Amino acid sequence: MSANADALDYEGSENQHDTQSKEFLTIVIAGQRFGIPILQVQDVLGEQTVTKIPLAPPEVAGSLNLRGRIVTAIDMRCRLGIEPCSKTTSSTMGVVVEHENELYSLIIDEVGDVLRLRNESFESTPSTLDSLWREISSGVYRLDDELLVILDVPNFVSSVHS
Amino acid sequence: MDDLINEFLTETNESLDELDLDLVNLEQNPNDKDLLSKIFRLMHTIKGTCGFLGLPRLEKVAHHAENVLGRFRDGDLEVTPDYVTLILESIDRIKLIVGGLEETGSEPEGDDSALIEKLDAVYEGRDGGGAASSGAEVSPKEAVETPLEGGNCLTQEELDALEAAFQNAEGPEEFALKTVGEEPGADAPSAPEEATVIKEEPPKAAAPANDASVAKTAEKPVSAQSLRVSVDVLENLMTMVSEMVLTRNQLIQILRQNSDSEFSVPLQRLNHVVSELQEGVMQTRMQPIGNAWSKLPRIIRDLAIEVNKKIELEMKGQDTELDRQVLELIKDPLTHMVRNSGDHGIEDPETRKAAGKPETGKILLNAFHEGGHIIIQISDDGKGLPLDKIKAKVLENGLATAEELEEMSSNQINQFIFNAGFSTAEKVTAVSGRGVGMDVVRTNIEKIGGSIDLQSMEGKGSTFTIKIPLTLAIVSALIVESAQERFAIPQLAVRELVMASEDGENRIETIKGTPVFRLRDRLLPLISLSDLLKLSPPDKKVVADASQESNSAESDDTPPEDSSPKIDSVSNPKKRHQYIVVTQVGNNDFGIIVDRVFDTEEIVVKPVAKILRNIEMFSGNTILGDGSVIMILDPNGIAKHIGQVDATDGARTLDQDAAIDSARGEKTSLLLFTAGNKTPKAVPLSLVARLENIDVSNIERSAGQMMVQYRGKLMPLMPLDPRVQIGETGEKPVLVFADKGRSLGIIVDEIIDITEEHINLQLEGGQGGMMGSAIISGKATDIVDVGHFLQANGSDWFKDHDDTPYGSSKDTTNGKNNGHAKKRVLLVDDSPFFRNMLTPLLSVAGYDVISLESPHDALKMCDKGAEFDVIISDIEMPDMDGFEFAQKVKSETNWKETPMLALSSHATPQDIDRGMSVGFSKYIAKFDRDTLLNTLSQTIAEQQQNYDLTKQGDVA
Repeated sequence: MSANADALDYEGSENQHDTQSKEFLTIVIAGQRFGIPILQVQDVLGEQTVTKIPLAPPEVAGSLNLRGRIVTAIDMRCRLGIEPCSKTTSSTMGVVVEHENELYSLIIDEVGDVLRLRNESFESTPSTLDSLWREISSGVYRLDDELLVILDVPNFVSSVHS
Repeated sequence: MDDLINEFLTETNESLDELDLDLVNLEQNPNDKDLLSKIFRLMHTIKGTCGFLGLPRLEKVAHHAENVLGRFRDGDLEVTPDYVTLILESIDRIKLIVGGLEETGSEPEGDDSALIEKLDAVYEGRDGGGAASSGAEVSPKEAVETPLEGGNCLTQEELDALEAAFQNAEGPEEFALKTVGEEPGADAPSAPEEATVIKEEPPKAAAPANDASVAKTAEKPVSAQSLRVSVDVLENLMTMVSEMVLTRNQLIQILRQNSDSEFSVPLQRLNHVVSELQEGVMQTRMQPIGNAWSKLPRIIRDLAIEVNKKIELEMKGQDTELDRQVLELIKDPLTHMVRNSGDHGIEDPETRKAAGKPETGKILLNAFHEGGHIIIQISDDGKGLPLDKIKAKVLENGLATAEELEEMSSNQINQFIFNAGFSTAEKVTAVSGRGVGMDVVRTNIEKIGGSIDLQSMEGKGSTFTIKIPLTLAIVSALIVESAQERFAIPQLAVRELVMASEDGENRIETIKGTPVFRLRDRLLPLISLSDLLKLSPPDKKVVADASQESNSAESDDTPPEDSSPKIDSVSNPKKRHQYIVVTQVGNNDFGIIVDRVFDTEEIVVKPVAKILRNIEMFSGNTILGDGSVIMILDPNGIAKHIGQVDATDGARTLDQDAAIDSARGEKTSLLLFTAGNKTPKAVPLSLVARLENIDVSNIERSAGQMMVQYRGKLMPLMPLDPRVQIGETGEKPVLVFADKGRSLGIIVDEIIDITEEHINLQLEGGQGGMMGSAIISGKATDIVDVGHFLQANGSDWFKDHDDTPYGSSKDTTNGKNNGHAKKRVLLVDDSPFFRNMLTPLLSVAGYDVISLESPHDALKMCDKGAEFDVIISDIEMPDMDGFEFAQKVKSETNWKETPMLALSSHATPQDIDRGMSVGFSKYIAKFDRDTLLNTLSQTIAEQQQNYDLTKQGDVA
C-alpha cells in the first residue's frame, strides 16, 4: 500500500497559500501521536522486506527497495528511546521521507488521518521535554484531546547520522 | 533572448579555450598556415556573433584582435612571443567580458582602449614590429581573395545558402530572422563545412537551445557530425538504462528458474539488446581526456614565462576516453599537479644546464587504459622531490619521529606530501606553495574510487600515477552468502575462489584459533565474513536437523566457521564445504570465508545512505535481480579492519613498487614455537610448507634416521633440538619444509604463534642451527637457521656436504649497515624456497635484497628504472634461463654495467665457460653460501673501484 502525497497534485494545494493553517499526517509510535508536515511525506508503506545492514547503528533497521530506489529504514521506537533497540523488530508501517536526495522510511506503528491544523494552536516545544525529543521536534499542536508533537524531519535524519 | 545568449556563452567559451591552445601551439610553430587560418577563423566567428547579438564591447575587442590575426595569417607579420602574449591578453579580456555577461546578462562596463591601442599599433606596424618572415609566401592581397582551406570569407552563394538555412531552421523568434535581414553585410558566421564550433552555429544562432529543436536541426543540410545535447537529458537516459538493466536482470533470474518457457528466446534477445544499449549509453558519457588537458598548454606557457623557465608540455593519449563525471572531478587535481611540476619540479635553465640536462624541462602527460582502469601519468624530468626538505618538514610538523624516518624508504617518505598543510616550497607563489594541494588532490581522487601514487628520484624527476576506475555506475560483482545473508564483492578485487573441504589437502587450518589456508606456496590469512560483520549464526533449526550431537555443538560458543574438524563435520554436514574468496588489496592477499558463492552479476552501484557512510566495510549497495537489497563489500575496508597494511599509511605503492617492497621483506612473517626448552624460537613463515601433527607411533626408524610416511613418500624427521621429547605415544607438531619433491620434517614441542616483525639480529648465533637472537614480540627469541638443519639432515638439499656452520665472521654483527648506503642486490630464481632462503641470509649480511621469480619480471623492473649493485641469477629457470637473461641484460639495458653472478647447482666446466661468455662475472655453486657472500662483497668492491675511476674521467 502506498499513498503518494505529491504536493503539486494534492487537492489541498490551494491551502498552501492559506497561511492560517498547515496540514500534517498523523502517525502513532508507541501510543504517542506525532505529526509530519504533509509536504515532507513521500509514501506510506505497509509491511516490507527489510535487509539488515551489518554494523549499522542500532536505529537503522536496514534497507528496502522502493520502486528501484534504495530506502534506509529507521526504527522510530528505537530512535526515540521508547524501547530498547532490538534487531528482530519486524516492520509494520513506514512513512517515507526524503532528505538531501536520499530516501528514509520511518518505521512506525500506525498511520492516522491527515489533519489541517490552525496556526493558533501551535506552541513551541516545551523545554522540559527530554533532549532527544527536543532535538527532533519542531513544536506541538494543541488538539482537542491530546498533544501532537511535530516531527522535524531534516533535523531528525541528520541526527541519526552518527 | 536568454537562450541565445546562453548558446553564445557556451560556444564562445569553447572557442576561447581552443584559441588558447592554438595560440600556444602557434608560438611553437609560427609558420603553420593551417593553424594560422584556424585561429583567424575562430576570432572572426567570435567577432561576428558578437555583432550579431549586439555586444559592442566584445565586438570591438575581437575586431581589433582579428585584425592583427589577419596580418599573421596573411604572412606579413611575424609571430613573436610578445605578439602572442598580446593576443592572449585580448582573449583574457574577452573572457572577462564574457564572464560579466554570464553573471549579469549584459556586458559589464569597462574601458578597453589601452588594449585596443596596443593591438592597433601592432596592426598598423607602428610598433616597429617585424615584417613577414620568409615562411609565409602569399602576398596580402592574394590571401584575402583566395579562400584558404577554411573559407573564411563568404562568397555570395554561401551567404545565400546561409540565409536559406536560417529560414529553414526552427526558430520561433522572428527577431533572429529579422536581424539577419537587416545586416546582410554583417560578418555572419563562416561557411558550415568546418570545425564543430562553426558547424553548429547557424542552427543555434537562430533557435533556442531546446531539445526538440536539437533533434530537428540534426536533419538540416548542415552536416552535423556531432550534436549538442543537454547534460540532464543524458543523465536521465543513463538512469533509465540502469533501471532497465536491473529489470533485465530480474527477468533473466526468473528465466533461470523456469528454463523451459516460451519466454526464453525473446528474453535472450532482450538480454543482448539491453547489453548493447547499456554499452552505447555508457559511450555517451565518455569524453576524451584531452578535454581536461585543453587548458594546460596555456597554463604552462604562462607559468614558464612567470617563473622564467623553459617548459615543454607533451601530451600522449589524449583520445583515451573516460566518464564525463570522472573527467570533471580530475580536471582540477590534474591542473594542480602539472602546475606543481612546472613550479617546483622543473629547475631553471642554468641549473639544468649545470646538471647536464637539456635547458627545456619536459612535462609528460600520458593516459591509457589498463585492466578496467584509466592510468594517467604526470612525469617531469626536473629535480624530483627533495627528500631532506620533506624530512625536515615532517619533523617540523610532528608527523613522525627521526627514528621512524630512518626506517622508511624514500618512497614512504615521499608519501608525506599527501598530508594536509604540507608544502616544502620556500615561498608561496601565486601558482603553488600554499600547502593545500596534494591532500585535496588525493581526497578527490579517492572519492571516485581511484588511487594516486608517486615515484621520485632526486635529480632525475618525479612521476605521479593516477589510477581511476573506468565507470562508476555499473560494476561486475560476485554474490556470496554468509549466515544466510547475501553480499556483493566487486569482481575486480577477487583474484580467485577456492573451495575448502573438511579433509584432504584443502582444509582450513588454525593456528591458535586464527584460520589460515595453504594456497600453493604461501599461507593465506583468512577472515570469516560472518565474524567480520558480526552476523548472527545461522538458524538453529538447520543445525538441529543435522545430528543429535548438534546440541553439544550449540552450547559452546565457537562460531560455525571454526575449522576444528571434529565439531563441524558432525554437527552440520552442510558445512563440509566452505568457500574462500581470495582478495587482493594493494600487494596483500587475504581470504574471506563465506558459506556459499552464487554467480557474478552486473550491478548498479548505489551509494550508501549518508548515515551509513562511515562503515568502512561497505562501498555501496545495490538491488539484485530478485528485488532484494544487498550491501557491496569494500575489500579495502576489510583489509584495513584485519590489520593488513592499508592504502593510506604510506605503504601503498604501484604494482612495481609493491613487488619491490614485498620482495624486500622488510617485515617478515615468523612462526614462533618452542623446542627443547622454554626459549621461543622463530623461523620465517614463508619457508614452512605445512604444519603437521604427527602421531608419534607412526615414526619409523631406519639407519638411525627417523622418518614418517607422508603423502605417499618417506619424509625424514629430525628434532630441532636433542632435548625435544619424543615419547612412544601422542602427537608432536612438525614443521614441514618442502621443495621440488623433497621434504623434511622438523619436530618441535609446541607452536606458539605467528607474528610479523623486523628481524633485527642482536646476538650472533653460537650454537649450531641458530642464526642468532632477536627480540620478537618483546621476548628474546632464537632465529633458526633452516639451512643448517637441511644440510645436517644429509638429504640432497645441497649437493655438497659443507658442515661449516653459518655465522662466519664476515657478517655484520647486528644486521645494520655501518652508515653506508646498503648495496642493492637483485636475486632471480624460480624456486620460492631458495629465494626465501637466500633473501634473509643476504639481508642479514647487510644487503638490500629484491628477489624475483622470473627474468621477465626483472627485465620489467629494469625498464622501470630500478638500479642494482649486483644481480644474482639462477641458471635453470622455466621461462627464460640464466644465460638468456644475462645476454639480454648485457645487450640492451640500463643494467649493462651491473655485475652479474650466476648461481647454479650445475657447475660443470662447460656451464662455467658458457656463463662467462654471456656476461656473468662469476659462477657460483648454489650450495656454497660462504663463497656466495665472499664473491658478492668482492664484486661490489671491484665495481666501486671501477666506478670511482671512471667518474673522474666522465663529464658529470
